[in-house]
Amino acid sequence: MASRLVNWFKFSSPATFYPLARKIAVVSTIIAVVLIAIGLYMSFFVAPTDYKQGEGYRIIFVHVPASWMSMFIYVVMAGWAALGLIFNTRLSAMMAQSLAPTGAMFAFLSLWTGSFWGKPMWGTWWVWDARITSELILLFLYLGYMALRSAIDDPRRGDRASAILLLVGVVNIPIIYYSVQWWNTLHQGSTIKFNEESSMDDTMLITMLIMTFGFWAYSIAVSMVRVRAVILERERSSSWVREQLGAET
Amino acid sequence: MKARHKRFGIVAVGLAALGLATFLVLNALEGNLSYFFSPTEVAAGKAPADHIFRLGGLVEEGSVTRKEGELTVNFVVTDLAQRVTVAYSGILPDLFAEGQGVIAQGKLGPDNVFVADEVLAKHDETYMPPEVADALEKSGRMGDRHPGSKPL
Repeated sequence: MASRLVNWFKFSSPATFYPLARKIAVVSTIIAVVLIAIGLYMSFFVAPTDYKQGEGYRIIFVHVPASWMSMFIYVVMAGWAALGLIFNTRLSAMMAQSLAPTGAMFAFLSLWTGSFWGKPMWGTWWVWDARITSELILLFLYLGYMALRSAIDDPRRGDRASAILLLVGVVNIPIIYYSVQWWNTLHQGSTIKFNEESSMDDTMLITMLIMTFGFWAYSIAVSMVRVRAVILERERSSSWVREQLGAET
Repeated sequence: MKARHKRFGIVAVGLAALGLATFLVLNALEGNLSYFFSPTEVAAGKAPADHIFRLGGLVEEGSVTRKEGELTVNFVVTDLAQRVTVAYSGILPDLFAEGQGVIAQGKLGPDNVFVADEVLAKHDETYMPPEVADALEKSGRMGDRHPGSKPL
């Protein structure tokens, strides 16, 4: 272990990660602001009108990146949960805890923008098809995770119980992703495919990817700010936190 | 064996068991999770008789007819293999057009006409500017842009 070039376990200590998190937060905030500004400009003014849906399709530039992030953040949280259970590191659970509100926000944003898109195009705000229902279950998983965590007073027991919930819920992610292939749904199939050409104009695709990376940077930025607060709260009795707070006030 | 190897084993086995259980459940549910029946499934008698169900397919070209002085619209829903005639009185979504995908909810009458009380439009996953769509239409390549995708 000691012979490695970079000792990753060094950063699994909240005390060493705390200052690093600040640097990551600053850099990713700048990236997020720049990318989302460019992405929104392109969404409204550069991307062409769609041949069938006219201007209304432009909500895709928020809807699809938000949906992707809601699924991706859940997978990352489940990864942290697994690491926390296996290596017994405190920071892993803190990372999962810090990502949860952002993931829930994106899941809600995905359902909300989807509803606003569905009314003019499909003719309905909501249907119980497989894609939409499984995304709603994802939102409930986020809310359930946060509720379970805060319901258990001992933080370490709360970490373990909520980590198991996160790992169990991960089966929902492939169900959301493949729902449009496995079953007949009102929701259309995937535009971006792994194994063949995407069925989207190039400018539209680039705009969507810029928005996705912008949301990605945003998620990193807010979760780093949040994890610093979580570290301070949960390590408040340790000497380094006292020194830190003493030095700042 | 270190304690963390054991914990890794428990997590890995737990996830595998959960995955298998989910697979079996979804496999057993299969058709029940589908949002609609295709005209072929209706023709094969898979759709429930005397019960509300959803019918999905493409609106056949040239099949939309309106009766004079009435709100009722008649059209044919097809999956290019079988056809079902639909009657609907109400407001149609903006995307409703001949050749467009729709999902209608209602009952199959004794005369084999599907009486719908709701019609939703279903669009595909293709997005492009109108000029590109025109060019593809002219060259007759609109259909083979993505060979893998289903017509609906």
